[in-house]
Amino acid sequence: MKPVRAAPAFLQTSADSAQPLILARGLSKTYDTAGADRVTALKNLDFEIYDGEFVSVVGQSGCGKSTLLKVLAGLLPYSEGSVELNGKPLRGPSPEAAVVFQSPVLLPWRTVIENVLLPIEFRKLPRSSYRQRALELLNMVGLRDFAMRYPFELSGGMQQRAAIVRALVQDPRLLLMDEPFGALDAMTREQMNLELVRIWGQNRKTVFFITHSIAEAIFLSDRVIAMTTRPGSIADIIAIDLPRPRDLSIINTDRFGRYAAHLRSLLDAQGGMF
Amino acid sequence: MAIQAIDRPRVEAAVAPSRKPPPSIFRRYPQFTISPAIFVALVACWWLATDVLGAPAYVVPAPEEVLRALVRGLSRTPWDRAGYWYHTAITVWEALLGLTIGSALGALLGFAISHWPILGRSWYPYIVGFQSLPKVALAPLMVVWFGFGLEGKVFITAVITFFPLLVNTMAGYQAVEPERIELARSCNASEWHLLSKIILPSCLPFLFAGLGVASVLAILGAVVGEFVGASAGLGMLLMQYDQQMELAPLFAVILLLAMIGFLMNHAVGILERRYCFWAQRINASGRP
Repeated sequence: MKPVRAAPAFLQTSADSAQPLILARGLSKTYDTAGADRVTALKNLDFEIYDGEFVSVVGQSGCGKSTLLKVLAGLLPYSEGSVELNGKPLRGPSPEAAVVFQSPVLLPWRTVIENVLLPIEFRKLPRSSYRQRALELLNMVGLRDFAMRYPFELSGGMQQRAAIVRALVQDPRLLLMDEPFGALDAMTREQMNLELVRIWGQNRKTVFFITHSIAEAIFLSDRVIAMTTRPGSIADIIAIDLPRPRDLSIINTDRFGRYAAHLRSLLDAQGGMF
Repeated sequence: MAIQAIDRPRVEAAVAPSRKPPPSIFRRYPQFTISPAIFVALVACWWLATDVLGAPAYVVPAPEEVLRALVRGLSRTPWDRAGYWYHTAITVWEALLGLTIGSALGALLGFAISHWPILGRSWYPYIVGFQSLPKVALAPLMVVWFGFGLEGKVFITAVITFFPLLVNTMAGYQAVEPERIELARSCNASEWHLLSKIILPSCLPFLFAGLGVASVLAILGAVVGEFVGASAGLGMLLMQYDQQMELAPLFAVILLLAMIGFLMNHAVGILERRYCFWAQRINASGRP
């Protein structure tokens, strides 16, 4: 399979001249450790993400994919290179990007709706004008009846759906998701993947999705960034040319299998996935 | 080993759900059944030691003597200096005032030195030093500084209740999930919002744990303060009865102090269930 580094086909016609939502050039991140040695977490990354695209990053634990997400979220400063978000250099957290963490991170003393409106409070926006939108989003993920409940009354999958709604409520252009379904069981995880595809289909946010599951990455994405470890760098960027809307049956197609085999070989070359 | 292997299935069969009888009233409400039974047994032992086996009254007074003293002391009006209500009110007032001031300062300083690490690192040796000091040792000084009035007792109580709050606040601040802070930062939250909407509520379970300890220590502080020099209060009564060798009222006051301590701690528990209901649910479901 030929590596594809350009924008996916459906974007190339209209968006060829358009600037990408994220543009990273020579992006590097080194940590100063207690000793004299420096740890290179990310080395010389070049990539761009276009508006409305679903891009996943796969790689082993420790390949720096979480570091990359934190850099894009503005939570970690990068060491070298440049990152632009919507044409502007990235300096700190931006209202245009929202993060979904590995765990739901719902505050247990707040009801679901109060949790969802938390970013609105942090950004000092009027709560009342976002309440309707929050309820509509909760309705979209099937949590309308749980708006007044506390997080401990919800299952793990429901909690993570509430966390996704919390990220969507501020209407960001970019959704940064850090292995959001990693802590869920396999069945719930599949359901959440289907749910996410549906939500994405309705909102067309740009999604930057971190996972260590190759199947999850292919199923969800327009393009998959394969990262190798030590130092974290990009092995390849694969365009996933599978028809949408997708359902779980595409996992059994030959094309899906070929994408999976190719990605696995990319990651295997670096010393095994499992 | 072999015996265990043989025994185990039999034990399991005995507790198989199908044959399990409904839990007994003792198992469901031990605080209303077994706890009073323990109380009755203890009083019976006490009664046996004094009235039956004849322990001398100048060592242990008989339970009925203590009860009589307690009833006599409590049947006076709150303005009667010969009754217990008057002195109880003074001691509780000292304890509450000291507890409020001490725990507020402790929590405040705990937040400050956790939030600004430079402050924490520079003050840490003094805090540890002051904490290892037996605070009761300051009591005589307090008479010099504040005289025999209310202020001295409030001072010593505040000093004693300061540390549980300080230490627990610091532990609570350390224990705030980093993801919660990242969530706030990713939404451009102000420092004030971070503190008031994330860190402070996250610390609440720890603050209440500290307050539970401090509420009991507050009574200790007030009583010790009264030992050193006071004109009223239950601690002063204790000293008085001790010097007069009146053991029955002495025991009555001790019982009274135990009840006050219990009630203060219980009050903190009620506040905790009211304002920290979510922490208990999380603990109940086995998650940190």
